[in-house]
Amino acid sequence: MNVVDGRFPGRIDLKRGAVDMTHGSGGRAMAQLIEALFVRHFDNDLLRQGNDQASFEAPPGRLVMSTDGHVISPLFFPGGDIGSLAVHGTINDIAMAGAKPLYLSAGFILEEGFPLADLERIVASMAEAARQAGVRVITGDTKVVERGKGDGVFITSTGVGVVPEGVDLSGDKAQPGDAILLSGPIGDHGVAVLSKRENLEFETEILSDSAPLHTLVAAMVEAVPDLRCLRDPTRGGLATTLNELAQQSGVGMALKEQAIPVRPDVAAACELLGLDPLYVANEGKLVAICPGARAEALLAAMRAHPLGQEAAIVGEVVADAHAFVRMETLLGGMRVVDWLAGEQLPRIC
Amino acid sequence: MKYVDEYRQPELAKSLAAAIAREAAPERAYHIMEFCGGHTHAIFRHGVHDLMPENVRFVHGPGCPVCVLPIGRIDGAMELAQRHDAILCTYGDMMRVPASKRKSLLQAKAEGADIRMVYSTLDALRLARENPERQVVFFAIGFETTTPPTAVAIKQAQAQGLENFSVYCNHVLTPAAITHVLESPEVREMGTVAIDAFLGPSHVSSIIGTRPYEFFAEEFQRPVVIAGFEPLDVMQATLMAIRQLNEGRHEVENQYARVVTRDGNIKAQNLVAEVFELRRSFEWRGLGEVPYGALKIKQAFSGLDAEKRFALDCPSVADVKGCDCPEILRGVKKPTDCKLFGRVCTPDNPMGSCMVSSEGACAAYWTYRRFQEPGEAAA
Repeated sequence: MNVVDGRFPGRIDLKRGAVDMTHGSGGRAMAQLIEALFVRHFDNDLLRQGNDQASFEAPPGRLVMSTDGHVISPLFFPGGDIGSLAVHGTINDIAMAGAKPLYLSAGFILEEGFPLADLERIVASMAEAARQAGVRVITGDTKVVERGKGDGVFITSTGVGVVPEGVDLSGDKAQPGDAILLSGPIGDHGVAVLSKRENLEFETEILSDSAPLHTLVAAMVEAVPDLRCLRDPTRGGLATTLNELAQQSGVGMALKEQAIPVRPDVAAACELLGLDPLYVANEGKLVAICPGARAEALLAAMRAHPLGQEAAIVGEVVADAHAFVRMETLLGGMRVVDWLAGEQLPRIC
Repeated sequence: MKYVDEYRQPELAKSLAAAIAREAAPERAYHIMEFCGGHTHAIFRHGVHDLMPENVRFVHGPGCPVCVLPIGRIDGAMELAQRHDAILCTYGDMMRVPASKRKSLLQAKAEGADIRMVYSTLDALRLARENPERQVVFFAIGFETTTPPTAVAIKQAQAQGLENFSVYCNHVLTPAAITHVLESPEVREMGTVAIDAFLGPSHVSSIIGTRPYEFFAEEFQRPVVIAGFEPLDVMQATLMAIRQLNEGRHEVENQYARVVTRDGNIKAQNLVAEVFELRRSFEWRGLGEVPYGALKIKQAFSGLDAEKRFALDCPSVADVKGCDCPEILRGVKKPTDCKLFGRVCTPDNPMGSCMVSSEGACAAYWTYRRFQEPGEAAA
């Protein structure tokens, strides 16, 4: 679509145009890009004010803030793109504190030559993701770097949310006897991205599980207010997240491999590629730790929500000075589920 | 795709474990060397050794091509990237192995050397086509499983006149390694390393067939059971080995019949024979000089031999002091016997290749069994 506007001398060609250095220079071209793309798609009062910042009343309660840089490659993958990922990822970071997400910011670093059509696709996707989640993108920034100095587009998103009264989640609160729950099958996102990156075609198309988890969290917190902590297993997968929590809380964990859900096509793809699903990134899953006695109630609340239908209790927290995460294998043997050494899949989110 | 869970069923594992417990004679020990690093990994990942009775023990063998590559040969690869400005294509596992001065290819890459991870030889060929003004070298490692693809790449490059492509050949051979292990003083004379039977490698055997192992079974009077990679395969093969030992047999048996045949993949064997020939001797990390245990590129394809093209000289380099990789590779020591293990040497800071490679015994121990204090029931 060619946008002609009296305020701007030329037209911006969103179909065939590309990002050039003037789009980041602070001048008219940049203002035009912001107007035609960002403001038009994100479309809210605060953004339309056109200030460098957005001002809002602080709601009562404890505030939560989180930030994420997104460098995923490829930009478009089965089940999402860098835009929707940015929205979901930041909403989820806020949600893991038990908080309701309110506002997002979006900073773009664009590479000279990046097609405006692709940029519009990303921004539209972001706007749609934000709209569905009931969260607004109220401020942002645009910079352009020379060709070769950036990989198409990088996005930094920051989120602000508010924690309901009485909710106090933290990764250092796990105690021996607590139950460990997982909201659904693991490995979807990492495999979806890799399949696109390596031009590997599987008979079933595996989609990224990228999704905003805040409404699931709200249901969980309501059912079990004395939840200990939540965390979403993104880079490094479930294994890394559990090791982080174990270390933070100074406890060990005992898992059952049989209880951990993995989709058959994801499991098959992992076998093919030599990946362990435990270490593969997820973008629409969470790990919850709660008092043992509350496990069944929490599981029921999770399964009642669309994003938690395949939730499972996967293990329990135990006393362990070494903070090892151990797992009973399918066969009944024992193994450690260690931190990831090195890198499994680069630039997965 | 099927066959993901079928060979990991708990009930079948239980019944195999029960059979092993029943048939393993209590008055003797059974030491079974799993030659292949992939088996080591499978055993640890699924906790197979937890299902074995006390007197059935796995001895980890040298079948990890990353682990047996000497430091000097990795230095050669680094030289290609750094001194000759070639694009060096390598499998992922090689990137983190520490070479001289404990520098790895990954670190050389961070310092500016053009080192690229590839999944297959075809990726390297593509890079050569896409970068005609650069030299592209494929760092070829592996046992007989990866040798045929290298042969294909060499033939294709020759046929396409890809003059900027070459191969740095470090392929090694399984039968030679097994012989060397069995002829080592610890096994032959001193008897300090007991090896009663072998679990033979799965995919190597799909290429070479089961025939080459008939020699060992006969000459060294030890059962060889070719085993698949799944945990149930390993357990069934172990049971087959125990039965052979109990019955005083020493034959080659094929547990992995769904993939492996006696003759193997003739087409692949012919391809390899066309392109490669035996090196009279080649240094293996841990095993020393092994006669006729490695391959080099034949004269007809010598134009694609990186060692010739770049006049590479790979002098022998000693291992890090205190690193017990050589003993561990031969089954003489366990990873926990090494003084560096878990203290200085971890996957994040590896001293030797056994800790870096996903198939290395030390990496397997660290990653999957570290929770056992020394002195607890050892694997």
